[in-house]
Amino acid sequence: MSIMSKFAFDVSPLGDSAVSVTFGEEINYETHKKIKMLMDLLERDSFAGFIECVPAFVNVTIYYDPLIVHQEHKKRKKDDFISPFKAVSNIIEQKLEQLETDKTFQQRTISIPVCYGGAFGPDLEYVARFNDLTTDEVIHIHSAGEYLVYMIGFAPGFPFLGGLSEKIAAPRRSSPRTSIPAGSVGIAGMQTGVYPISTPGGWQLIGKTPMKLFLPNENPPSLLQAGDVVKFYPISRDVYEEMVYKEGGQ
Amino acid sequence: MSFRVVKPGLLTTVQDLGRKGFQQHGVVVSGAMDSYSLRIANLLVGNKDNEAALEMTLTGPTLKIEKDCLIAITGGDLTPSIDGQSVPMWKPVYIKKGRTLKFGPCRSGCRAYLSVSGGFLIPKVMNSKSTYLRGQFGGFKGRALQEGDVIPFNQHECRRNEYKKERFTGPFAACNWSVNVEPLLPFTGSPVIRVTKGRQFGGFSGSSHESFAKEAFVVTNQSDRMGYRLSGPLLELENKRELLSEAVTNGSIQVTPDGNPIILLADCQTTGGYPKIAQVITADLPLIAQVKPGESIRFSYVSLEEAEQLYLEKEQHLQQLKTGILLAFNRKHSTKALIKQACANEKTRRGNE
Repeated sequence: MSIMSKFAFDVSPLGDSAVSVTFGEEINYETHKKIKMLMDLLERDSFAGFIECVPAFVNVTIYYDPLIVHQEHKKRKKDDFISPFKAVSNIIEQKLEQLETDKTFQQRTISIPVCYGGAFGPDLEYVARFNDLTTDEVIHIHSAGEYLVYMIGFAPGFPFLGGLSEKIAAPRRSSPRTSIPAGSVGIAGMQTGVYPISTPGGWQLIGKTPMKLFLPNENPPSLLQAGDVVKFYPISRDVYEEMVYKEGGQ
Repeated sequence: MSFRVVKPGLLTTVQDLGRKGFQQHGVVVSGAMDSYSLRIANLLVGNKDNEAALEMTLTGPTLKIEKDCLIAITGGDLTPSIDGQSVPMWKPVYIKKGRTLKFGPCRSGCRAYLSVSGGFLIPKVMNSKSTYLRGQFGGFKGRALQEGDVIPFNQHECRRNEYKKERFTGPFAACNWSVNVEPLLPFTGSPVIRVTKGRQFGGFSGSSHESFAKEAFVVTNQSDRMGYRLSGPLLELENKRELLSEAVTNGSIQVTPDGNPIILLADCQTTGGYPKIAQVITADLPLIAQVKPGESIRFSYVSLEEAEQLYLEKEQHLQQLKTGILLAFNRKHSTKALIKQACANEKTRRGNE
């Protein structure tokens, strides 16, 4: 860990073509904010050879092309060879010095309609029973929360959301389903999320949204981005069908 | 201008160098498993090195050629033939329409690449023609090729009348030179794969560090474009602390709770939560792509600086190949020159028979 005047961070290689910059060990908003800010800096003013950034809970990984980084360095400083990892680390450390952690940044809030229970949420009753609640109480608690998108991963457009009330937390299913329909809303431990594409999975399913979270032909292809705030609101089966019809949803 | 799929083979997909820049949206990179073979296949027919080609796995397809074209076949040897006559690999080959290109049993490696001059006429999804099978997008309709598919390609640069007069009698014409791929991609059977330490290397026991680099691992049947599951000595974490999900990449070697390693490959997810003992160096990823299930591999540790040097050396080597191929194109980037050359060579060869 390098300690700078402002905060601690660690820059370490993920192989020969990427570096991970870690800001802490625990999931919290302060760490998330630093990740977002470094990404913003890199996307606004990147370096030759930069490919992309992938944010996660406590770190962000920066992918680069070592050949371009090497050539760029050679162009500027003719003789001394520097490892591309070192060159990229230096650039990142310079960027980190510019980070203004006291700055606040704009957050988008995205409301996602969910048709809870029934065939769409076969595990809603289990989640209610597990927590000694009625299914209506589970729906109420789930749709009252505000959830922060820490990262997108696991599948295209899949959000890792923080902020689930422990009152409705529930363990994963003991045997995962082989196929979960796209749009399914689930709970696993202290996490909640939406399956953007049909995949196998072990989450407890409590409902389904007609909204598409992954749109391969649009830019960006993911409805949600790290840093967004998500809210859920309940809709009836009729409204669900209407939205599917109108928006060409799932 | 197209190939008609008579038999699809075991797993034939359209792949380029991958879908970069969308990983923060959870979008998998995909792309050719053996990027060196793909790049060379493209250079041999005058394409840009990131153009899409067909990636064929173990049992290749049978394709009806519906238009005269210049192709190149690289990668593993899936015994290609045209109308029964064996086709040389690693060189430009000119085929007239109506012929049938057939791949037979796998003689070496695991994956072969078929490029066509002008490239395949496939719409890009997120800037790439690569197929992502699990996501069902990209490539040809988001899936592997099936019988009856018609895969269109672009007209290569020279005009029809320019090459129509080139005549030869056999089923195809090939140039009299080929690329020496040995220094770039040695097909050794049970390769030694070089790795750097993974981000959670320190969490594994000393004996695991040792056995990882000493013993052989078998590539199991549960291996695909997403990753190779290995079996061998079990690897042990000393520190069983739960890891928060973070970015993983092509070549990351994760260890699952049962102690078995998985090498993540072209179609791997963007993030993962298992500890990473090691990371395959980028220069050796194509070697892994050519290992079949059932074969074994060994690992050897190198420093990050060595990994970077090897990367730069291989890139330099590819650059030299590119220059050599351009020279063969008569110093011009001309497909016509190449077709002319192939036809002349075929005539001489037949004359000598």
